Amino acid sequence: MAEYKPIRKVVSGNYAAAYAAKHARVDVVAAYPITPQTSIIEKIAEFIANGEVENLEYVAVESEHSAMAACIGASAAGARTFTATSAQGLALMHEMLHWASGARLPVVMVDVNRAMAPPWSVWDDQTDSLAQRDTGWMQFYAENNQEVYDGVLMAFKIAETVNLPAMIIESAFILSHTYDVVEMIPQELVDEFLPPRKPLYDLTDFEKPFSVGALGTPADYYEFRYKIQKAMEEAKKVIHEVGKEFGERFGRDYSQMIELYRTDDADFVFMGMGSLMGTVKQAVDVLREEGYKVGAAKVRWFRPFPKEELYELAKSVDGIAVLDRNYSFGQEGILFNEAKGSLYNTDAKPLIKNYIVGLGGRDFTVADVRKIAENMKAIIEKGELDVEVDWYHLKR
Amino acid sequence: MNTLFGEKKEGATKIVLKSVDEYPEAPVTLGTTLINFTGDWRTFIPVVDDSKCVKCYICWKFCPEPAIFIREDGYVGVDYDYCKGCGICANECPTKAITMEKEEK
Repeated sequence: MAEYKPIRKVVSGNYAAAYAAKHARVDVVAAYPITPQTSIIEKIAEFIANGEVENLEYVAVESEHSAMAACIGASAAGARTFTATSAQGLALMHEMLHWASGARLPVVMVDVNRAMAPPWSVWDDQTDSLAQRDTGWMQFYAENNQEVYDGVLMAFKIAETVNLPAMIIESAFILSHTYDVVEMIPQELVDEFLPPRKPLYDLTDFEKPFSVGALGTPADYYEFRYKIQKAMEEAKKVIHEVGKEFGERFGRDYSQMIELYRTDDADFVFMGMGSLMGTVKQAVDVLREEGYKVGAAKVRWFRPFPKEELYELAKSVDGIAVLDRNYSFGQEGILFNEAKGSLYNTDAKPLIKNYIVGLGGRDFTVADVRKIAENMKAIIEKGELDVEVDWYHLKR
Repeated sequence: MNTLFGEKKEGATKIVLKSVDEYPEAPVTLGTTLINFTGDWRTFIPVVDDSKCVKCYICWKFCPEPAIFIREDGYVGVDYDYCKGCGICANECPTKAITMEKEEK
């Protein structure tokens, strides 16, 4: 094994995604540009134009629905397939997302988290990707540009092991258009980590013709749904193994589906996903100096949901402040809903409160985390919640 | 029998998978058209008159199933295991060599 010497590049989150797709040696990219995803596709087009990639087929399509349809066809034929989208574009793909997971095709996609319109918005919000929760796609939320790059490479390996598609999710503009140092892996080491794909069934074997996605009667449909669930459970093990291997080879460990930051002796923790957890970690350092015993729990993988890891965390704390940059109307924040539901039948019963923050790109700062910490501390001392769901930024 | 890539069997019926473990990983078609015959849907049956056939194979091109095949002698035959009796072949045949007749069952 060659020695690992990272190649440091200053790139945006979008370019990190494009470089990762290049290093993963994808065969087919089908995409339709949509702000703020556009520069991922532009960078890939640039790689092709400059002759930096071999045998990469870019399929220009007329909509996101077609983009995913093209990816499904390519993936069914055995190609390593990549695409990227955002918000309304992802919503337009929705129907096709079910086809990819139902046919067990390991397509990898980067979604740039962007608020759903109206009102028209191009800023950060997780509701677009979380609305795809039930499509059978794995979901990884990246905190920074490095995690976008690493996430794409790991996603291919995990997806191709369990035969499910995976979504790597980055924040609009906060990551997609902001430049940061990313440690990239030399091509030959990526090749060792990520060997060529071995498809489950080979559509190009003309001796054994078969069709994908044909009719499933009530006698058979149910079993195929169960198989997807089994694959999701298997994915938890594979995520752990691949994340550990990634850590051993490249020094960044992703074996835990929930990254814990200073939670060991914490009274309460902040839990959330994506780029806002960077702010939270910084705030935890500040709050610790001020005497708060707090920690951060960053949910990396939302699907499959890390129920067991959450339980282990919940046992050790008095409170969890769930920070949701998303909302399920008529109910509550989506991560909050999942977390609360996961703990219901367990003996871990911390006070768990939902803070709706940062919707549509609203700034979320260290000062905000401090205010939430003060509120959480008061709640824990009193032993009961004031409100269950707190629209934190609301102008009252 | 290989449940994924079945072979056409005389009088075969649908394979019943009894346990979830018998199912393939992805819902690829289990070779069902090879074992599930779809020819029992029709009311009318195409009958080919070889004396009128000029071997243009337009019927073969137009058959949506495709149930028309080319026999060794060059004339066309109909695979009645799959023919649904739509009558497109009879409609398209330029020499009216194919007629649709009521099938006696």
